[in-house]
Amino acid sequence: MSAQLTRDDVAKVALLARLELTDDELDTYTGQLAAVIDHAADVAALDLADIPPTAHPLPLVNVLRDDVIRPGADRDEVLSQAPSVEDRRFRVPAILGEEP
Amino acid sequence: MASIPTTAIEIAAAVRSGELSAREVLESHLDAIAAREPEINAFNLVLADEARAAATTIDERVAAGEDPGVLAGVPLALKDNLCTHGIPTTCSSRILEGWRPPYDATVVQRVAAAGAIAIGKTNLDEFAMGSSTENSAFGPTRNPRDISRVPGGSSGGSAAAVAAGFAPISLGSDTGGSIRQPAALCGVVGVKPTYGMVSRYGLVAFASSLDQIGPFSTTVADSALLLEAIAGHDPRDSTSIDSAAPSLLDVLDQGVAGLRIGLVTELMGEGIAPDVAARVRQAAEALAAAGAEIGEVSIPALSYGLSAYYLIAPAEASSNLARYDGVRYGMRVDAATTAEMNAKTRTAGFGEEVKRRIMLGTYALSAGYYDAYYGKALKVRTLIVRDFETAYKDFDLLLTPTSPTTAFRFGEKTSDPLSMYLNDICTIPTNLAGHPAMSVPFGAGSDGMPVGVQLMAPALCEPTMFRAAAVLEHAAPPLEEAFQ
Repeated sequence: MSAQLTRDDVAKVALLARLELTDDELDTYTGQLAAVIDHAADVAALDLADIPPTAHPLPLVNVLRDDVIRPGADRDEVLSQAPSVEDRRFRVPAILGEEP
Repeated sequence: MASIPTTAIEIAAAVRSGELSAREVLESHLDAIAAREPEINAFNLVLADEARAAATTIDERVAAGEDPGVLAGVPLALKDNLCTHGIPTTCSSRILEGWRPPYDATVVQRVAAAGAIAIGKTNLDEFAMGSSTENSAFGPTRNPRDISRVPGGSSGGSAAAVAAGFAPISLGSDTGGSIRQPAALCGVVGVKPTYGMVSRYGLVAFASSLDQIGPFSTTVADSALLLEAIAGHDPRDSTSIDSAAPSLLDVLDQGVAGLRIGLVTELMGEGIAPDVAARVRQAAEALAAAGAEIGEVSIPALSYGLSAYYLIAPAEASSNLARYDGVRYGMRVDAATTAEMNAKTRTAGFGEEVKRRIMLGTYALSAGYYDAYYGKALKVRTLIVRDFETAYKDFDLLLTPTSPTTAFRFGEKTSDPLSMYLNDICTIPTNLAGHPAMSVPFGAGSDGMPVGVQLMAPALCEPTMFRAAAVLEHAAPPLEEAFQ
């Protein structure tokens, strides 16, 4: 079992997950996530060096299809569901430090 | 007006023969919704106008001598994480409120092609994360058998809709028990098919290596009918098994004589309510009386199932839910930069449980912890698959409780996520293994609430599983009699 989950760990994870947590939420999640991680300690403690992982339960690999041109989703219909659109494209605020 | 039958099989037969119109069947269900939906809250959206138009079309086709299909005129409720073209699909989350998908899920197309009438979109725990439907952004669904209790979850709306008679059949999704557990708590049949048997195209993804769509119904035969209608290969889902739908209705009366059925030791002891365990033993006796050979089997790796699941499912969810960033669909909270907009949108749009699982999953996948948690959990999954393989050398089917308890009261488990997660202890292993399992109502607990027993089978052995389910259905004690 690795070191106890800290409030700083939770704050770092929130940043990675693009979530803004209040101080109260940070405290609550620290306790609750630690409880779940503790419960998983039995898994973390197992010696599984010789066991292969199972990512998919059935052995389906390399599912291929013919490369045939098919119609995609209707562009205008897709864009009609977007929060902001310009010139038939998704519009977002500034990125990479540009001026807005 | 002739009385309206309660099962999909009877309704479809009556509509196809012209004995009943799809329209009168629909109106009777809309009346039931009008009477009890205000207290149950099974639906995020009732599609009364669309359903009336669809029913009229079915009636016109019957009048013209056509056969509209095996689900002709049968009202069907859809979990609100199944995409419906032009019809709001919310996943019971603020972040998708008002979103109208540009396409139908494959299952939505298939039930429509079989003549079913989509009557509404049902409530769920936000993004299917939960076991009580208390995590919905649009308020909880209540258990039709006692509105002070939860219906289970995450497909609580789909289970409650069938239990309340709003629709004879419905569709849900099951990632760790989200069909079977609410089916048990509401006293209806619920089936999680083999991973890959039913296309997930158009199912909003939660944990992609576990998610599977399946039916709810009041009878075993109706679930067989609906599963036959939705199963089968779909090139739009790369995990779809390349084989035809199984024949289930044809085998329902074949009985269980000679089948070997095992009670799972690890799921009959600690943590299982005594009245629930007693009902499972009673179910085993009923199967024995019908000619099955009953034994007991230990599956040691099951003790790691819950831990592995609550690492794998949140990890996959944190990745799948990264797409809700305020750019392409759903809600946006404006900000000066895109990064701030992403964070403010997600913070405002996701509920508490979804945030908790995204946090847990992001942690389990983060640098330095991946091998210890997610990597190990995937290996534990292999251990579980191997232990099941060993058990299935000696047994054709396994029998367990579906849920450790009957339906609990609102708020009882919301403050302690781990106690809520323990609800899934009997259902999670089959998701990890990719196997089929189903819950069949089997009498009531000591509180008078329904008990569900779970049948588990090896991959693609749904026909055997349904044969045993039909036997249990006939042997089930009346729901009206509390366990003594």
